[in-house]
Amino acid sequence: MLKSQFTARDWGSNPKYLSPSYKSTILRSPTKPLIPLKQTLSEITGPVFGHHSIKPLDNDLTQNGITDGREPLGERIIVSGKVIDEKGRPQRSTLIEIWQCNSAGRYIHSNDQHNAPLDPNFFGGGRCMTDENGYYKFYTIKPAAYPWGNHPNAWRPAHIHFSLFGPAYATRLITQSYFPGDPLLELDPIFMATPKSSRNLLIKQFSIGASEEGFALGYNFDFILRGPNATPMEN
Amino acid sequence: MSLKQTPSQTIGPFFSYGLTPEQSNYPNLSSLSTNSLLTGSTIGEEIRLEGRIFDGAGDIVSDAMIEIWQTDAEGRYPDQQSSGKTNSNFSGFGRCDTGVDSQNKYIFETIKPGQIDTETAPHINVTIFMRGLLLHVFTRIYFSDEGRSNSADAVLSTVPFDRQKTLIAKKVAGVTPVTYVFDVFLQGENETVFFDI
Ligand SMILES: [Fe+3]
Repeated sequence: MLKSQFTARDWGSNPKYLSPSYKSTILRSPTKPLIPLKQTLSEITGPVFGHHSIKPLDNDLTQNGITDGREPLGERIIVSGKVIDEKGRPQRSTLIEIWQCNSAGRYIHSNDQHNAPLDPNFFGGGRCMTDENGYYKFYTIKPAAYPWGNHPNAWRPAHIHFSLFGPAYATRLITQSYFPGDPLLELDPIFMATPKSSRNLLIKQFSIGASEEGFALGYNFDFILRGPNATPMEN
Repeated sequence: MSLKQTPSQTIGPFFSYGLTPEQSNYPNLSSLSTNSLLTGSTIGEEIRLEGRIFDGAGDIVSDAMIEIWQTDAEGRYPDQQSSGKTNSNFSGFGRCDTGVDSQNKYIFETIKPGQIDTETAPHINVTIFMRGLLLHVFTRIYFSDEGRSNSADAVLSTVPFDRQKTLIAKKVAGVTPVTYVFDVFLQGENETVFFDI
């Protein structure tokens, strides 16, 4: 197999490390310029996760947290789409992990102090692998907005956290996906830290086609990862 | 034509029950990878790698996720793209939540990686995520007892000399298992070198 390097991180599409309106970046963003690294085997290889590591309910958050026999409260939704690279090539067998708060805006994480109720039948974590054509699908409960301490009356717009690997160490991505039409988006320093021209890539599209009749509304969300460079690596 | 890449967003403070569930005491999910890369049949010199992450005020970061990616003891990555297979189903990949340890250290149990080729010193690739980092940072860990191969390393030699020390884990004398310490400084005089890969 030819060994290819990957295209650069798309700096025009990504937020800057220092985005002062998101306060935590002030003490946590690197201040010195990144040092360019010509990709080696270390960057163009990456961990392999087998399909055997995923259990049947891992992609169904409406079922995988039930503890008292009842389904979680809130609006069921389906989030599905495909993982491709910049040239549109499907990324098969790539691991996707998600975590989110419940329909009241509360995470099960012990550090979450928001006094909205926990749901004994929802914990909010899941994962799946993309299929042969790069497609994935999650069933979950629509998360709610929640308050945070960044500034007075600060609220995070409803979002789902996503973690993806792609084919190599260089393609690693952790992001958040939001919901269309949310009035909190333009007030959110995390979402707004993203350059305007690429913010739409963080918003799910409502899809009646992806909805299941009598059961749940569907949203489409695609991921675009770094792809192989045109020139193979000499070795 | 090229499509735009999906932008990165911060991992936030509440990732543990989704990404490091068992080690962070959220048994709802099993952990796909942990902070131990040792399987019982792993071949090589067992080492412990630990350190802390400091923010610009000198405070220890208690809500970071750190991932490592490394070769086996013979310098091979367990990946379809690399030339050979690893020697013992070594995954090469680990994850740690700094919120678990009482001192908020990250701790990995692994083996010392081998050398890939003559211009690559043994090293561990490191990715760090946390609240306040809108994009993850990439760095590398080299070893203080590999002076000769470090000086021949093609990546290390591109780093200004006075900053190379930020990439070198220090071996602790006289402890078992062999322990290396590697602290990360996000900002300041000793700011760790982060790479644009
Ligand atoms: Fe969140």
